[in-house]
Amino acid sequence: MQIFAYIINKDGKADDTAFELALAAKKLASDAQVTAIVAGSGIDNVCQEISAAYNEIWKIDNAALAYPDGEIMGRLLPKLLPENAVILLAHEYLAMDMAPGLAIRTNSAYIADVTDIEGMDGTTGKFVRQEFSGMVSTHNTCDLSGGAVITVRPGVFASEEKPAVGGSVVDKSGEIEIPATNRKYLETVEAEVGDVDISTSEVLVSVGRGIEEEDNIDMVKDLAEAMGVDYSCSRPIVDAKWMEKSRQVGTSGKTVKPKIYMALGISGAFQHLGGIKGSPFMIAINKNPKAPIFQVADIGVEGDILEIIPELTEKVQEMKG
Amino acid sequence: MEILVCVKRVPDTSENEIEVNSEGSDIERDDLVYSINEWDNYAVEEAIQIVDKVGGSVTVMAIGDDESEEIIRREMAMGANNGILLSDDVFEKSDGRGLATVLKAAVDKGNYDLILTGAQSDTGAAQTGAMLAAMLDRPFASLVNLVEVKDDSTLKIGREIDGGNQEIHEIKLPCVLSIQTGINEPRYVGIRGIRKVASVEIPTMGASDLGIDPSSIGDAGAKTKSVDYFVPVLGEGAEMLEGDTDEIVEKLVEILKSKGGIK
Amino acid sequence: MEPVIIPPASYTILGIPLILLYIVIPIIGVALFTFIIAQRMQPLVKAAPDNRLDQLGLRLFNMIKYAVGQYKQPRYMLAGVLHIVIFAGFCILSLRSITLVIAGIKSGYTLPLFDTWIGTIYNILKDIAATAVLIAVVVAAIRRGVYKPERYKVPEKYGKDHTAEAIFVLGMIGGLMVADMFFEGSDLAAHMNKGLETHYILFPLTGTWFVTYFLTLCSESTLQFCHVFFYTVHEVIFFSFLNFLPLGKHFHVITSMFNVFFMKLNKGSVKPVKWGVSDEQLDDLESFGVKNFEDFTWKHILDFYSCADCGRCADQCPANHVGRPLAPRFITIKCRDFCFDKYPLKEESVDKGPLIGSILEEDEIWSCTTCGACEEECPLLIEYIDKIVDLRRGMVDEGMVPQSLQKPLNALGKRGNPYGKMEKKRGDWTTPLLKNEGYECKILSGKKADTAEVLFFADSITSYDDRIQEIGQSSFRILKACGIDFGILGPEEKDSGHEVRRFGEEMLFQDLKQKNTKAILNSGVKRIITADPHALNALKKDYDNLPPVEHVSEFLYRMIQEGKIQFNPLENQGDIYVYHDPCYLGRHNLIYDAPRTVLDAIPGLKRVEMERSRDRSFCCGGGGLMLFYEPIEETRMGKERVQMAAEAGATVIVTACPFCMVNIEDGIKTSGNEGKIRAIDLAELVDQQIIK
Repeated sequence: MQIFAYIINKDGKADDTAFELALAAKKLASDAQVTAIVAGSGIDNVCQEISAAYNEIWKIDNAALAYPDGEIMGRLLPKLLPENAVILLAHEYLAMDMAPGLAIRTNSAYIADVTDIEGMDGTTGKFVRQEFSGMVSTHNTCDLSGGAVITVRPGVFASEEKPAVGGSVVDKSGEIEIPATNRKYLETVEAEVGDVDISTSEVLVSVGRGIEEEDNIDMVKDLAEAMGVDYSCSRPIVDAKWMEKSRQVGTSGKTVKPKIYMALGISGAFQHLGGIKGSPFMIAINKNPKAPIFQVADIGVEGDILEIIPELTEKVQEMKG
Repeated sequence: MEILVCVKRVPDTSENEIEVNSEGSDIERDDLVYSINEWDNYAVEEAIQIVDKVGGSVTVMAIGDDESEEIIRREMAMGANNGILLSDDVFEKSDGRGLATVLKAAVDKGNYDLILTGAQSDTGAAQTGAMLAAMLDRPFASLVNLVEVKDDSTLKIGREIDGGNQEIHEIKLPCVLSIQTGINEPRYVGIRGIRKVASVEIPTMGASDLGIDPSSIGDAGAKTKSVDYFVPVLGEGAEMLEGDTDEIVEKLVEILKSKGGIK
Repeated sequence: MEPVIIPPASYTILGIPLILLYIVIPIIGVALFTFIIAQRMQPLVKAAPDNRLDQLGLRLFNMIKYAVGQYKQPRYMLAGVLHIVIFAGFCILSLRSITLVIAGIKSGYTLPLFDTWIGTIYNILKDIAATAVLIAVVVAAIRRGVYKPERYKVPEKYGKDHTAEAIFVLGMIGGLMVADMFFEGSDLAAHMNKGLETHYILFPLTGTWFVTYFLTLCSESTLQFCHVFFYTVHEVIFFSFLNFLPLGKHFHVITSMFNVFFMKLNKGSVKPVKWGVSDEQLDDLESFGVKNFEDFTWKHILDFYSCADCGRCADQCPANHVGRPLAPRFITIKCRDFCFDKYPLKEESVDKGPLIGSILEEDEIWSCTTCGACEEECPLLIEYIDKIVDLRRGMVDEGMVPQSLQKPLNALGKRGNPYGKMEKKRGDWTTPLLKNEGYECKILSGKKADTAEVLFFADSITSYDDRIQEIGQSSFRILKACGIDFGILGPEEKDSGHEVRRFGEEMLFQDLKQKNTKAILNSGVKRIITADPHALNALKKDYDNLPPVEHVSEFLYRMIQEGKIQFNPLENQGDIYVYHDPCYLGRHNLIYDAPRTVLDAIPGLKRVEMERSRDRSFCCGGGGLMLFYEPIEETRMGKERVQMAAEAGATVIVTACPFCMVNIEDGIKTSGNEGKIRAIDLAELVDQQIIK
C-alpha cells in the first residue's frame, strides 16, 4: 500500500521528524511504498536530504509556499493526494493547524498524536494514543481503506537507523494551483531573549510543578549555582510567572540539547520532553512513582524534591569545599 | 460581534487521580470532579473581553448530558450571554468528526461571526475546531494566543509556535479559532455568580432539532474507534535509587560528579 | 480684681468697641464649624448601615478606658507621653477656653463657682497644664521637624510629606498657650506694677509665672496693648483651629470619643455582608462588598475621619514590613482624602467612580494577612480587617481574583479543601495511628457514624498536609492519653472556611458553614477541640449555635491546673525555647498565657521571649488561602520572624498553629538557620514529653 508523509522543512533543512515518519510508516505496514511530500520554496536540498528514507519524493516548489501555511496546505493537499490516501504528519503546530481539516476535506479518518503504531489487521490500522494529560493510554483504530490522516508524536519513532531506500524526486510543482485563503501570514515575533540561552547549556537543572510554591524556586537556583550550571523549567512554572519564558523547556518553549538533564518535580508530559533533544543523561526526582518521566530518565528517585534539593545543594557545596 | 464558544465538561486532571477502570473500557469515573475544559475557559474569557470592546454577544455551547448544563451556567455566570446544550443519546460514542458534525448543525441554526474552541481537551486530539472550520469552509487558526479586532471583517491573531515564538496573521471573518492557555487571565466565578444563573433556561437541542442524520454521527458514523484504555506496561525506565534521603543524595552527587554535571 | 488695664470687652479702637469683634468672631466661627460638620456628615448619611448601639455599658467603659484614659498611647512611649500631656492639657484648658470666649463679651466673666477658691485652684492647674502643653508641643515639633521618626514618612507614591501640617498645628496649639499666658500675664503684671492685690496664685516656673514677671518690666500702655492684642490672637487662633480640625487629621480631636464609643466589640469576627441582611437573604442582594465609597458603613467613614496619621498601624503591619504594597495608614488616609474630594465643602458632591483601580490597588488589598496588629495598635480603635474583607468581597463579586487564588477557591467549592484532594481521604491522617499504634479513630459522621463526647476538628491542612498531619497525630495521642472520648468528622468535614470568608468569597463560606454545622450538630458532640487557631476562630466567631470550642493549648492548660497530666523532663536541656504567638490564638482570641503555662510545666525547659510577643507578635505570613497567594514583597514574614527568634537567642521555636509551622519551617530554611534553629508544635512537644 502507499503511505504518504508530509515533511516539515524550515530554512532549507528537513525537520528531524522527516525520518521518524518514514519509520512510522514502515511500522504501520512493513511493505508500504512511502511517498514524502515536500512543499516550500527552494527545497531541492530538503528533497535530497530525505531521499534515502523514502520510495518517492513529491516536490512542490513555489514561492508562495516559502512560509509553511496550514490554511494553504490544508486546501492544497486534497487536490494533490489520491482518493483514500493515508498520510502521516508530525503532531506539531503546523499539523494542528491543517491536519484535522485535511481529514474532513478528504473524508478520511483522523487520529492525532499517536505514540505508537501496532500495525494493521486487514485494512484496520491500530494505534496507541494518550489521554487525560498522558495519564492513560488508549488503542484507537480506523479503516485505512477509506483514507486516513494520522499525526505522529515527534520523537517516538526517533532512531539512529536510517533506512536506505533511495527514492526519486518527482516535481509536482506545476500540477496544482496555490489556493486562495482568507488568512494571511504577516510575520513571526521572536520570543524575548532572556539572560541565558538554555538551548546551548550543557547541564540543566530543571524544575516543574512539584516545586509547589514560588518561594521554593530559590532552592533550585541555589542548587544550580552550587553545581555551576544553568537552571530551566517546564511550562506551568512560566505560566505562573515564577520564571522567565526564556527558561522554559518544551515544544512551546526552548529546545535544549544538554548532556545532563535533571528533572525535578517534572511529570514528563510530552510537551516538555519534546523540547529535549539528543537523549541526555537524565536524572528524575518526583513524588509520583508512576510519573511518565521515569520512563525516559536514566536514574530515578521517588521522593520529595523539597527535601532532597536543599540536601543535595549542601552536599555539592561540601564536595566542592 | 456574535461569538460562539464551544465548551466541554471534562474531569479536572489536577484534582483527580485518573485511573483505568477494571474492564479497561474507560477511566474510572466514580468520585471524579468535573469542570470546564481549561482551554475552553480561556476562550470564553477572550470572547467576553472582545464583546466588551466591540459589542455583540457570547453564546456558549456544549455537547453532553444534563450535567454539562453546570458548566454552561458557570460560563454564563462569568459573563456569557447565552447557553445552548446539544444533547441526544445518538451523539454518544461519536468520534471527533461526529462531534464536529453536531456542532456544525448547531452553528447553521445560528448566525455567528466568530467561533472559538479550546486548543485541546481531555482527549488531547486538538481536532474539534479545525474540523468544524473545514466543514463550514471558514478560515481557521490553531493555538491562538492573541486576538485583536481590526475591523468588522478582519482580525489580527497570534499563534503560539515553537521556541516561544509567535506567528502573526490577519484572518477574515467569519472564522474559527482554537485558543491556547495563557492568552488572558480568566476572571473568577464565585458561588454567588453561579447561584444568580441557577434558574436561567438553557435551551436543549437534539438530533432531530438539528436535522442531523443519525448515521453520520455516534458509533455508526465514527471513522475512528476507541478500543480500550490501559496503562502501558512500564518498560525498562529509570534505575530507581533506594535508601533514605542522605544515602540518595550521596549517590546523586557521585553520579553527577562522574558524569561531569558539577562544574 | 479691680481692673487696672481695660479688658477687651470694654476696649475701643477709634471709638469702635472691640466687643463687636468678640461677638462676631465666635458667631462666625461656630456657624462655619456647624456648616463644615454638616457637610462632613453627608457621606455618613449615605453610607451603609452599621449596628453600634449594643452593650452600651461596655461601650461607655471602653470610651473611658481608651479615649479618656488614653490606654494605648504608652505603647509608643515618647509620643504617647507627649500626647497624653497635650490631651490632658486640652481637657483641663477646655474650661479656660470657654471662659475666655465669654470674657470677650462680658469682662471679668468666670464660670459658676469659679469666683471662689475653686477658681483659684483651677487657675493653678490651668497654668501648669498650659506650661506642660507648651513644652510638649515644642518637644513634639522638634521631634517631627528635626528627628523625623520613620513611621511618619510618606512614600512618594502616597503624595506629599505631612510634616508641615503637623508642625503648623503644633504651632497653633503653642500659640494658644502663649497667647493666654500673655493675656493673663499682662493683667497680673499691671496689677503688680501698681502694687495691687491680684487674688491670683502664680505657680512658680509655669509659663504664666515667667511671662508675668517678664511683663512687669513693661509700661502700662505696653501691657494694655498686650492684653487686648493677645486676647484677640487667642480668639482668632481658637476659632481658626476649631474650623481647621475637620479639614485633616486633627478631625480626630472631635471624632475620637465617638469613634471609640462605637468601636468593634467582638474581636476576630467579620461583619456581615450588610447589617440587617440575614444569611438567608444574601442571595437577594444586588451587589456584594465595597466597590464605591458609600458601600462602606458610616462607622468605617468615621474611622477615616478619626485617623491621626500617627503611622503606628503601618509600623506594626507585617505586610508593610516585608515590602508588600500595603500600609494600613495609607488606606485610611487615601480614603479620607477621597472622601474630602468627593464631598467638597463648597460644592456639590463629585462622582469619583470605584475605589479599586483608582486610589486602591488589587494587590494592596490582597496583601493583608488579617493578623490584626494594626487594630491592636491604633489608639483610636480604627478597624481595618472588616474593610479589607468588604473590599475583597467587592473584588470577588466582580471576578477580580488573582489566578493563584482561583485554583484553591475552585477546589474548595468542589472538594471542600483548597488542595483539590479527594473528600474520602480526609480522615486518612489517622490511619498511621491505627497501623502503627493500634489507635482507631472514631468517625462521627456519615453512614456508619460513631458517637463521642468531643469532636476534634482537624480542618484541611491538618487533614491533608504530610507535615501537618503529624501535629494532628500528636494531638490525637494527647487526647487519648488524657482519656478523652473523641472522634473526627472525617470525610464529611469541610474546610472551616475561615480564610474563604476573609478573602471575600462569602457565599462559598456560607456553603461550607452550612455543611459543617449540619455534620457537627448531627454528631451530637458536647465539646469541640482543635489544634488549628483559624478553625478555632471560625467556629467561635463565624459559626452559630455550636457546642463550646477550645484550642488544644487551653485544654492542656486545664489538664495541668487539674493535675491530670505530668511531664517527663526534657532530654536535651541545652535548647532555648521561644514561643511564637499565632495571630488567631493571641490577638484575636486573647490566649497568651495558656500555651506559656504548658511550656513552663515541662521540667528542664528554658524559655525566652521575643521582643515582639503577645499582642505585638509578628505574623508568620498568614494561613489558609494566604499560603496560595503570590504577593509582591521584598522578603518573607516567616524569615523575619525566625530572625527575631535568633536574636532572642532561641534554638527552638514553639508554634501552636499549623500555618505558623509551615511558614516558620520555611523561614528557617530561607534565613539560613537550618541546623541552628528548629520548630516544633506545642502539641508535638507535649506528645513527646507527656507521661502516658
